[in-house]
Amino acid sequence: MREGWLRDLTFAGASFAIFLALAGTGSPALLDFAIRFAIFGLLAMSLNLLIGTTGLVSFGHAAYFAMGAYAFGLLMQRLSLPIPLAILLALTCTALLALVVGALCVRLSEIYFAFLTLAFQMLLHSVILSWIGLTGGDQGLMGGIPKPPFLGIDLARPAHLAGFGMACLLLSTLALRQVVRSPFGAALRMLRDNPDRAAFVGLSVYRYRLAAFVIAGTFAGLGGVLMSLYVSGAFPSFGFWTTSGEAIFMIMLGGVTVFLGPLVGVAIFLLLNDRITALTEHHGLFLGAILLVIVLGLRKGLLDYVVERWRGART
Amino acid sequence: MELAELGECLVSVSCLVTQGAAGLTIGMLLFLVASGLTLIFGVLGLVNFAHGSLYMIGAYLALTTHSMTGSFALAVLAGTLGTALFGLFFERFLLSRIYGRDVLMQLLVCYAVILILDDVVKIVWGADFRNMGVPDEFRHPPFLIGGGIVPYFYAILFAITAAIAILLSWGMGRTRFGRIVRAAAVNPGMVGALGINTTVVYAAVFAIGAGLAGAAGALSAPIRSVVAGAGVSILIESFIVTVIGGMGSIGGALAAALILGFTRSFGSIGFPLFVEGAMFAIMALVLLLRPSGLGGRRSS
Repeated sequence: MREGWLRDLTFAGASFAIFLALAGTGSPALLDFAIRFAIFGLLAMSLNLLIGTTGLVSFGHAAYFAMGAYAFGLLMQRLSLPIPLAILLALTCTALLALVVGALCVRLSEIYFAFLTLAFQMLLHSVILSWIGLTGGDQGLMGGIPKPPFLGIDLARPAHLAGFGMACLLLSTLALRQVVRSPFGAALRMLRDNPDRAAFVGLSVYRYRLAAFVIAGTFAGLGGVLMSLYVSGAFPSFGFWTTSGEAIFMIMLGGVTVFLGPLVGVAIFLLLNDRITALTEHHGLFLGAILLVIVLGLRKGLLDYVVERWRGART
Repeated sequence: MELAELGECLVSVSCLVTQGAAGLTIGMLLFLVASGLTLIFGVLGLVNFAHGSLYMIGAYLALTTHSMTGSFALAVLAGTLGTALFGLFFERFLLSRIYGRDVLMQLLVCYAVILILDDVVKIVWGADFRNMGVPDEFRHPPFLIGGGIVPYFYAILFAITAAIAILLSWGMGRTRFGRIVRAAAVNPGMVGALGINTTVVYAAVFAIGAGLAGAAGALSAPIRSVVAGAGVSILIESFIVTVIGGMGSIGGALAAALILGFTRSFGSIGFPLFVEGAMFAIMALVLLLRPSGLGGRRSS
């Protein structure tokens, strides 16, 4: 446990050092990619805690992403708090939302769970659209988000924002790694593989699932906070079902069984999406076709496939 | 909130008739979509997340047929049969490969199909809102009942949807095919062992479910405009219907669809901004009090 922790920490530190070295070149395209990678990385990693670790297929994960973005944006616009405090408050709001929705949903069987999470996400989306006085409706949260510097970090500068985003992503990934490896994480995997047995040995299936749901929602909220910093606003599309679909797509591109799989998926997805959007306006057609090939052809994520082949070759 | 107006409406016969008729029609159309969803789930054990896209296809096929032939009957027929045929291909070539696999796979295949269909629709029919308008042959003066207004076309729609619903319940309850379908929902292995080809049954059920969605899309084309991506809002509403009614229960779906229809028509007077919220609130209430739904027996 301890030595694993040390290894993870070294790995994260090394990744950050590599990022800093790359960012030193000051390429705007790279910084832009880095911040988007951090945003969607958080969304995908947190969703994989539900899908890969706990076996809960949530189709409404973008609700917490949107909640984080709107809560943070509103707190900054209306109250002009210091950024760390606003982030903390926004994450609290997101966790509360996840707690309420989770309390209603995690009791249900797989299929019900998938579409109830989707239904609640669409409810949040329609609230965002119709509560124009607070959220700006379909125009989104306009007027920009103030970004007062704190601790020498000025998030109005792309380099600082990208660095801050990567730091958030790495710290969250470390935290999620700890969650997955802890006895709590072992319990979650047991819930995925055999919930009846877990209940039989005395675990409260409901509480463990709810806890996983709230943790995942909170980290998705952090992704939302970064998103609202990145675009300096918040838009209803953050909470639209396609954002949840994309998150699942990213996980599937990478893989659900490997811990860092979703991050690989995010990188592939962003590169793919940029390519396809540059080539054609009908990117849904292409993304859909690629997804079908992966799902029906490989029947698992790309990284799952690679890892399986590699392990198969070794034995 | 205009709750006072809702109170006034509830005590006036004319308003009750007008809103009640609208609610019935909306509810019956919703029932057609949701009954297909619940039928497919009950028999195939699969949640068709692309069900709303089937509705959309039905609506677009009807639009094209209507503008080509000018006949609403042909348009509805084309929407229904065309969507059923599409459903058949969808089931045979894509969904049949993932039976018995986890929900994630079903979700991903349907998500991919939604993405593809939304773009195909945009390429073929353009990205604008399209509305058929009430066909000329139904442009008759509305019925006046107790001072309330029932548009002629709404009455026609209600008659058609009610006929389909009766046909569906007769087909499921009284015919040999219906008995096979109900048996396959309970124990497909046993049905297969008795020498019935379950693959054909599954394909047929999916085609019927798709046809129902297509019929609803075609019938609503004159009163509800369609646009690429419109499938999802229909999908959510029919999900709510299946949750309230109970997954796999057609009778429950009918009750739930009518409840939602009335919520929509009366809600638009009393709480126009909260109509969708009210539908979700009803769903949450049902989930808390009776998780298996109004008509559901199995505890899931």
